[in-house]
Parts: sequence; structure tokens; C-alpha cells
Amino acid sequence: MSRKTFLRFAAPAAAVLAATALAGCGSTSSSGTSPLAGSAATGSVVVGSDNFAESILLADVYGQALAAKGIKVSYKLDIGSREVTYNLVKSGAITLKPEYNGALLSYLDSSAAQTSTSEVDSAITAHLASGLEILTPSSAQDNDTLTLSKQEAATYGLSKGATISDFITKLDGKPIVIGGSPEFQTRTEGLVGLEQDYGLKASQITYKSLDAGGPLTEKALTSGDVQAGDLFTTDPTISQGGLLTLVDNKNIFGVQDVLPLVKQSALSSTGVAALNAVDAQLTSDVLLKLDTEVQVQKEDPLTVANAWLKSVGLSS
Amino acid sequence: MIAASVFDLPSYVQSSFLGLIVTQLEVSLGATLAGLVISLPIGQLCSRLPKFYPPVLGLVTVIYSIPSIALFVLLIDITGETETTVFIPLTLYTLAILVPGVVDGIRSVPPNVLDAANGMGYGRVRRYLTVELPIALPTLMAAVRVAAVSSLSLMSIGATIGNYGGFGDLFILGLRVFDSKLIWLGLISLLVLSVLCDLLLRWVQRLLTPWARTLRSVG
Amino acid sequence: MNLLGYLRQFFDDPSYRSGYDGIWTRMLEHCEYSLIALVIAAAIALPLSILSGHSGRGDGAISIVAVIGRAMPSLGLLVLLAVELQISLTVTMIPLVLLGIPPILLYTHAGIRAVDPAAVDAARGLGMTPWQTIRQVEIPAALPLILAGLRGAAVQIVATATLAAVVSFGGLGRYIIDGLYQFDYKQVVGGAVLVALLSLATLLVFWILDRLLVSPGLRAR
Repeated sequence: MSRKTFLRFAAPAAAVLAATALAGCGSTSSSGTSPLAGSAATGSVVVGSDNFAESILLADVYGQALAAKGIKVSYKLDIGSREVTYNLVKSGAITLKPEYNGALLSYLDSSAAQTSTSEVDSAITAHLASGLEILTPSSAQDNDTLTLSKQEAATYGLSKGATISDFITKLDGKPIVIGGSPEFQTRTEGLVGLEQDYGLKASQITYKSLDAGGPLTEKALTSGDVQAGDLFTTDPTISQGGLLTLVDNKNIFGVQDVLPLVKQSALSSTGVAALNAVDAQLTSDVLLKLDTEVQVQKEDPLTVANAWLKSVGLSS
Repeated sequence: MIAASVFDLPSYVQSSFLGLIVTQLEVSLGATLAGLVISLPIGQLCSRLPKFYPPVLGLVTVIYSIPSIALFVLLIDITGETETTVFIPLTLYTLAILVPGVVDGIRSVPPNVLDAANGMGYGRVRRYLTVELPIALPTLMAAVRVAAVSSLSLMSIGATIGNYGGFGDLFILGLRVFDSKLIWLGLISLLVLSVLCDLLLRWVQRLLTPWARTLRSVG
Repeated sequence: MNLLGYLRQFFDDPSYRSGYDGIWTRMLEHCEYSLIALVIAAAIALPLSILSGHSGRGDGAISIVAVIGRAMPSLGLLVLLAVELQISLTVTMIPLVLLGIPPILLYTHAGIRAVDPAAVDAARGLGMTPWQTIRQVEIPAALPLILAGLRGAAVQIVATATLAAVVSFGGLGRYIIDGLYQFDYKQVVGGAVLVALLSLATLLVFWILDRLLVSPGLRAR
């Protein structure tokens, strides 16, 4: 092999790199929008969801409630995190998705305080992109948490009622492995809040990107692969696995009422009424029951959603 | 009842089992076909003008070595998160298999046969279509089979940028809900589909080379 | 904003300078996973294929392995083992090793098989033992193809190692996956470009190895 053969690889390699650089000239992203944002859909209501079981369930519930009133719906489920789906609602690629008011507010304005539902809701409305609105919240809540593995709780002698501050004080600068969704690292109701409000140091943390309060994080916590993780308050694994959810004394995980985020132009008043009727019936207990059916009894969320809507008279 | 439930996908997959088969075949085989259409003229050029072959071969080899997920996500900037974003890289990957396949196929034509065709007054194009390609067919079809199977399997990585991975969607979903049944379903379906495509392409090859059948029965 | 712009933003961002998410850390993780998998795959595949090539048997079995290797979706295998067994680094290494074996097997077998029988005969005539023949005649003669097989395996392994991020592990794929989830395209671009450069570097390394190790007598091509 000779210089000739080297050139036969080097020239194409350089060509590929140059092409990549030039490829930027054909970019779809116009001023400010990320290429990950998608483009507007037309026609029926497009119901989207985030990438965890409860979001899929709630999307099915809202979507089927609309379908019961004769509104045409299509679904795009298990898309990604709010960072992705919010931008999809903004661009119109999806027109309805279930949200949690506190987390949505944190996303829109990370410095906002979260003390009451009405305060959070008006703050959200002030910050939402034009054309979007949130509807009447339900009383069902589901928060992120910092949950400890059984071993970690035992090591520091912590039990029910212990706060995150208690834990961090006892940790005393030692390293810790935390697991959760990739976006937990950049959120106020995540590592950012733990660092800024609770004083946990970035140098102590090793992070494992698992999933949003789903089976990967559940398994990692129950097996002790991670010492602390983000599970949702409605997660049945917490009690089943003997895990310890720390009390959020500085309230970084905020108020988290379930409510729909919609693109105004896509939903008629019939649709709005249908969704508000759902939220009137949706309580934390109901949510926990439906979540258990889907996550523990492994039933299909669409079936569970339809059955519940029928049982409360919101569909026939 | 059991058979029905294996192919019943969860409601949030947004596609039936049949739908997944169709998408999988459309994109993978479509990319292989597109790759062939591009490779035929390029391969012909490289066998006519051997100077071009080493740099072209180098280029397709370099492209082939770039991990597919990297090409998919870089293309999002141009084609968004759509099926096209998966289709284009898949097509490019087939070139690494098909361009050498075309070149080797053309080179496998014995020079005396070319001479005979020239002697009989065949023009360039007629000679290419009626003499060279048919003789090159076995080598070429072998490469097409490899490219098709390769595309079928590479497409599954498209599931990481949305549900454009065909059966790959079941892999990502299976991980999300921690259901190995979904993953097994996707894996086995994909492997069975690969075997079927391979057999189909061998059958196509037989159809296109009727003289080979005679040779087999004689020899 | 074009790709270069995103790339510049990525390299400017201080969160990727150090710590568990630093560029150097991720690059090292990726190289670590890949190198270990390549060494194990070679340790398994090289002896098997050298012997099969030397004895001239096993053509059929090797082709079957090659087809399976080509048809097996890497993502599917990774995810399946993660869910069926457990999410651990050891389990994640299994698909990396398994997918690296077919290229090495195929090329080494073919390379050794293709060694000029006259040379092997001459070696026997000189009184060399089979082991000496393999070591001093067959391997050096087959070296270009053996290296091609190792190169193919290395490329496949680097690509599959990128997917280890899907099941929570590190490496450059972490930037791509996290970037997609955090709606952070610059991170996606950073990861994709870095892994593409790593693949090119792998090709370069094998080009250098080929120049260093292959006997000049074999170069007249």
C-alpha cells in the first residue's frame, strides 16, 4: 500500500467533512427554531404525550374524551420529554398534550416560585408562547421526587419523613450516584434545583441517564445500582421496593396538577368542555388506580382510559 | 387466540404489525433500490475508467464506517425528523456494498465475450444491457442480497429519532416499558423478514438468468 | 444556524469541559468500551478462523455466521439483553463483542485459505511444524485480509458502542441521546461529529498498522 492508498481514504474523508460543513447551508432551522421542532400538522386534533407511562395514559384519556364527543383525534405517543413535546405543540405538530403545571412553569421560567395552583397557572399563562393555552387543572397531582434506594436509606439511618436537606447534610460532601431521565440534569425540579437550593455540589454527583421515572430507574434503585433517583409520586414501586422518598422541604418539585396544554386554534369549545369535564373527575386517587392498572397489571392504557371514561359517564 | 395476541401490538405503537412490515420493507428495500440505481452508473464509470475506482471506493467505505445514528441525527437539520432522514443514509450505506458489486460483476465478464459482441456489431448500450449486465448478474445480485439484509437491520436504529425504525420501534418501546416480549417480536420478525427477502432475491435472480437453470440441469 | 455553528456552540459550552459529562471523559469511555470489545472478539475469532483457514474446513459455518452477523440488528440485541438480563456494563459489552466476531472470522478464514499453497508446501518441505507454518508463512501472507477483518470489526464495534447510551451507559452516544431528550441540538451535533471523527480515526489507525506490519513483498498490487 502506498501514499496513493492513503490519499484514497484521506481525500474522501476530507470530502465528507467538507460536505458536512456545507450541508449546514441547507439547514431547515429558520431563525431560532431548533431542527428538532417538527412542523405543523393539519386537520384533526393530534394528541401527543411524553415518554413515560402516565403521560401516555393521560393522553389516551384526554383523546378518547374528545373522540366520545365526535371530535376527530389522532395520536403521537411516547415522543420524548417536555423539552421536545412543548416545542412540538408550539410548532403545531401536536395540538394537545397532558401537562403538569409546576413542571411546565419550571420549564418556561426556572426562577418562578411555586406556592399555589392559581399562582402557578397565571404565571404559566403569562409565559406561554402565543396560541397556546392551559385548561382548568384537575386535582390529580404527580410530582418528581428524590427517592433513595433501600441500602442508601439504611446507611444513613433515614426513614419516612426525612427531608432532602437531612440527607444532604448526612451525605456531608461524599459522592453520590443519581439516576433519572436525561433532562433531569438540566431542570430546576432536578439536579439544578438540588445544586442551587439544596447545596448539593456538582462535584459530588455522578449521573446515570435512565428514563423518566420508568422501569429503568425503578430497577436501578431497587437493585442499588444508583443510590438516589427520580421516581414519580404515583409510582407503585416505591412502596413495593421499600424505597424512601425524601420530603422536598425546599419545594423544588413544586405543585404538579395534571392539566391539558392545547393549541387554541385546534380545539373547539365542545372539546374544551370535554377536557374540563375530565379534569373535574380526575383526582390523585383515580390517577394512582389507573396507573396501577397500566404499570402493575400491564393492561393497555387505551383500554384503561376507555373503561374509566365510561365508568364516569364521559363516554358511552 | 394465542396467535392473535402475539401480533396485537399495544395501542401506543400507533401502527399495526402489518403496518410495521410495510414500513420496514418500503424504506429498507426502497433504499437498496435507490442505492442500486446510483451504483449502476457509478460502477460502470469505475470499470471503464479504473482511475476513479480507488477514490470512489474510499469514499463509500468512509461513509459506511460512520455510525448510522450519527448520520441520521446530522440529517435532522436538513430533512427534519422524518422517514427521509432514515432513507438517505440507508441508501448511502448500500453504496459501499453495491458499487464494488457492480464493478466486480462487470469485471467478471470474460474479455472474449465482449470481443464477440463487438464483433457482432453491438453498440455500447446494447452490449451493456444485453451482454455485460446479464453475465454480471450473479455477482451483482449477491451484492444486492447483502445490501438488502444490511438495510433491513440498519433501519431499526432509525427508531432512536422517532418511530421511523420499522421493527426497531418495538426495540425502543420494549425498553421504555421493559417488556421483552415486544423486543423478541421485533427481533424475530426482522430476522424472518431478512431470510424471506434473501430467498425472494435469489428467486428473482433465477428468473433473470434463465440460462443458468439450463447449465444447472446439464451439469 | 448551520452544523458548524452548532458545533462551535457545543465546544464553547463549559459543561462539556470536565466532569462526568466532559468531552474527554466520554471519548475515553467510548474508546474503552470499543477497545476491550475488539480485543475479546479478536481473542475468540482469530484462533478459530486461523485454524479453520489452515485446515480448509468450515467454509459453510463461517458463511452462516457472516450472514447472521449482517442481519442481526445491533440495537435490538443490546436492548434485548438489557431487559432480559440486566442493565450492566458487562451485559452491554456482549453485543459489542458478538457483532465484532463475524468480520474477523470471515476475513481471516478467507485470508488464510487464500495463501499460496506452494508457499505452504515449501514450508512443509523445509520441515516446519504446522504451528510454525501458520506463524511464519500463513499469517504474514494473510495479514492484509486479517487487518481488513479487524478493521471491519472495529468500525462495527465503535458504531454499536454509540448505542450503549440508549441503555444508560456513557461514550459519545450519550451526547446524541441526551441532546435528543433535552431538545439540545448542539449536543446532538457534537456527539455525532465526534463519533464520526472517531470512526475516521479508526480507519486511519488500521491504515497505519497495515503500512507497519504488512510485508513489502505483499505490497506490489
